[in-house]
Amino acid sequence: MSVRSLASEVPWPPSVDDFYLPSVVDGAYPWLTKVTILVWIAAAALIVFFLVTYRNPQLVPTKRQWLAESVYGFVRNNIAKDMIGHEGVRFAPYLTTLFCFVLLTNLFGIIPGIQMSPNSHIAFPTILAVISYVLFNYVGIRQHGFAKYMKASLIPPAPWYILPLLVPIEFASTFLFRPFTLAVRLFANMFAGHMILLVFTLGGFVMLNSSALLAPVSLVSWLMAIALTFLEALVVILQAYVFTVLTASYVQGALAEQH
Amino acid sequence: MFVFAAEGGEEHNPIIPIWQEIVVGTVAFAILCYVLMKFVFPRMEQTFKARVEAIEGGIKRAESAQAEANQLLEQYKAQLAEARTDAARIRDDARADAEGIRQDVLAKAREESDRIIAAGKEQLAAERQTIVRELRAEVGTIAVDLASKIVGESLADEARRKGTVERFLSDLESAGAR
Repeated sequence: MSVRSLASEVPWPPSVDDFYLPSVVDGAYPWLTKVTILVWIAAAALIVFFLVTYRNPQLVPTKRQWLAESVYGFVRNNIAKDMIGHEGVRFAPYLTTLFCFVLLTNLFGIIPGIQMSPNSHIAFPTILAVISYVLFNYVGIRQHGFAKYMKASLIPPAPWYILPLLVPIEFASTFLFRPFTLAVRLFANMFAGHMILLVFTLGGFVMLNSSALLAPVSLVSWLMAIALTFLEALVVILQAYVFTVLTASYVQGALAEQH
Repeated sequence: MFVFAAEGGEEHNPIIPIWQEIVVGTVAFAILCYVLMKFVFPRMEQTFKARVEAIEGGIKRAESAQAEANQLLEQYKAQLAEARTDAARIRDDARADAEGIRQDVLAKAREESDRIIAAGKEQLAAERQTIVRELRAEVGTIAVDLASKIVGESLADEARRKGTVERFLSDLESAGAR
């Protein structure tokens, strides 16, 4: 039985090390792994998609042009304009790029044959979170000037005797926790999703291998894996949306007169 | 478990980023941002703008055409009303003219008829005079001739001499007139 012999080699239980696949080429460990290659593929795929679909834009769009436009239009109108207001159109290009990149790299986690999201490595969410952090602070400082921006961000309209308590909290929540939570939320979702899929998929093999009584249960385990893949699809889209919306919300907060 | 060992791939802490991956991610994302934000999305904004302008321009064109049509309609209506009043005025004029002409013709005709009647009367009177005169002479002669035949001798010379007939006729006339 080839399935059994395959199952006997299944690493169990799944661990953190399952996320760190070896280098594709010997000796190039962190530079050329599945994850880094997927990041390059994501960037290349998005560039190719948008350049091809928008090579020759028409007033009356073709189907492919319409597809590209509706992605941009979605982020532009439903995120940038809704969150930031009229000025939000300025940020729509970055927000769309961010949304597409996060969505595609998340999707890699459930695409059969790939099933590994680069965002389950914290390095990539960290980069995006740092860019969002720099972006909203830069926008705020440019809008109000450094002193006024700091005052607006740190000093809420509250009685003076409560400020010693509020100012550190505001500082921590705006300038420390925001980038951290932004990165960790995305990373943890992708990490946990991959881990759950590993548990049910590998668990099926382990049960198939362990005893005749547990073997049928492995089917249930695999069905769970399939069901959870659909759940993951939801999480994938939701997390891409949340990341973009939160970035837009931070920019809006930085632009606003009052906090 | 939580050992800082990113190298080699033996032990990993999942919340410590691998710096090489940060480099790769930054470069890849930077390229992606550069291309999309420079070459794709601004062109989409342009297309959106062109589309909005095309639609708004179309609406504006339609509105101006509508306005022009309305203006023309007003103009035509005004012209039509003007033409109508003109026609009415011309008709009234014509009617007045016709009445005038009729009156003229009637007056002329009446005048003519009066003139003809007058001429007829005059002529009649003249003829009557002539007839009366001739008749008078004739009647005298006839009466004298008749008397001569009755008496048996010529009375003509005497009658002429004494003017008997004339006197008789005058008496007759004056008697008839009385």
